[in-house]
Amino acid sequence: MQRSNTLTAAVAEVGARAIDALARFGRFWIFVALILSFIPIELLTLRGWRRLLPQCFYIGSCSVPVIMLTGMFIGMVLVVQGYAQFDEAGLADRLGGIVNISVAYELGPVLAGVMLAGRAGGALTAELGTMNVTEQLLALRSMGADPIRHLATPRFLACLVLTPLLTCYADLMGALGAWLVFVGVYQGESTPFWAYTAEMVEYWDLFGGLVKSLFFGATIGLVSCYKGFNCRPGAQGVGQACTESFVLSFMMILMLDLFLGFLLNGLYTIWYGFRQLI
Amino acid sequence: MPDENQPIIELRDVSKAFGSQRVLSRINLKIERGRNTVIVGRSGTGKSVLLRHIVGLLRPDHGSLHFEGRRIDNLSESALVPIRQQISFVFQLNALFDSMTVIDNVSFPMVENRRGKLDRERIRDLASRCLDVVGLRGFENKWPAELSGGERKRVAVARAIALDPPPKVILYDEPTAGLDPQRSDVVNKLIRSLQREMHVTGVVVTHDMRSAAEVGDRLLVLWDGGFIADGPPAEVLAATDPRVKRFVQGVAEPTDLRTLTG
Repeated sequence: MQRSNTLTAAVAEVGARAIDALARFGRFWIFVALILSFIPIELLTLRGWRRLLPQCFYIGSCSVPVIMLTGMFIGMVLVVQGYAQFDEAGLADRLGGIVNISVAYELGPVLAGVMLAGRAGGALTAELGTMNVTEQLLALRSMGADPIRHLATPRFLACLVLTPLLTCYADLMGALGAWLVFVGVYQGESTPFWAYTAEMVEYWDLFGGLVKSLFFGATIGLVSCYKGFNCRPGAQGVGQACTESFVLSFMMILMLDLFLGFLLNGLYTIWYGFRQLI
Repeated sequence: MPDENQPIIELRDVSKAFGSQRVLSRINLKIERGRNTVIVGRSGTGKSVLLRHIVGLLRPDHGSLHFEGRRIDNLSESALVPIRQQISFVFQLNALFDSMTVIDNVSFPMVENRRGKLDRERIRDLASRCLDVVGLRGFENKWPAELSGGERKRVAVARAIALDPPPKVILYDEPTAGLDPQRSDVVNKLIRSLQREMHVTGVVVTHDMRSAAEVGDRLLVLWDGGFIADGPPAEVLAATDPRVKRFVQGVAEPTDLRTLTG
């Protein structure tokens, strides 16, 4: 009898957790739908732009130095790690092309996304979480203002639009950093570095990287706002929400990178075949 | 045109539970127009929950809420907006927006609900006047973080009255919590003057019995999800019900002391 009760309790616990997880999943997508539903009206009103532009400044402009430094160091490190092998094979001149493909298509968007999730995403969750626990979200509602429209939609839009732009900065600085180490440290030739870069890096690589960054930006905006809106009370609740926001954004960025990689490679194959045909 | 004798707010058979915890149990309450109704009760008895129901921030599990005779508990968020433009809420933690100056905080309800009627200059002028009412002229460009607890509370009250036309009802959640007796007195007098001069109906939730006696025309004691006393403050304060008596005198319940005495 005792054993049967324990078993029933365990099954009930698993069931309750599954229902809870499903409910949270549903709540997240309702939240997403609400954010998206407010985008047109926010973009069509002056007040919407007044809310959006400060977020663009905070999420975009203030992140530029960090993103540029990250991009630059990625380029530098890739040259440091790859130069010896490429030089041994007599292919050192081609290193610029390889490094810049990696930066434009893969590392630039991913690391810009991760940096943004840490810098802006964490701050967004902390800000919204604090507003939540200090009743500011309730105050907005009590005054007839929708907190999702006022707070989440502008932040989401800023993340969505600015992540690709920041990725461009990361890409440019990555190329510059790679060139600096290639020429300054390994005494490589500038001309072949840029010539192979121009030859090997296709528009598709740049486009793929920017498409990825668009998805990463959307993920950062949605996750950080949702976690802020749904954090538990108290300082510990806000702290926990920030941690969860970063970890979840990071994991989602890596997962999306994998799936978008498959998708974009598939599309490239189709496009390449079509191009050969015409 | 609403009937002046009709209760401005009415709760009928309202029940609310959070999980297995029942907070409100078949509450019936009629709030009279133009008077201050004070609700007191122990912590965790559902006073703030009751206030949040009135403005639609929470929905009852059972029962209904009416504002000027119109049922409001079944309205959507967008349909509640016109109701919320007539009911202001002063939150326990003040809920001032940290990213805005004092004047922007006070202007916010008017900016949000102007619908093209008020221009920026008029809104600023009205907001300054509201700050004047609460005795904070000159604080316009300060940030909430630069204010003391009492000043923040008064800014919250200024924001609550900053509507054009003024609100019909103001809900105060623990308006004197965390304030020293002198600051509490300022807030109490402010609540009274708003009711007397602007004819605003007040619903005040508090633990502070002195404040309750000072601002209230009617005093209710909420206990285990229902009201156990209701009447003019003097009458309730002199009640013979042992629970009310203990609460009013600030004497702990024997059950609460059991853990201390073993």
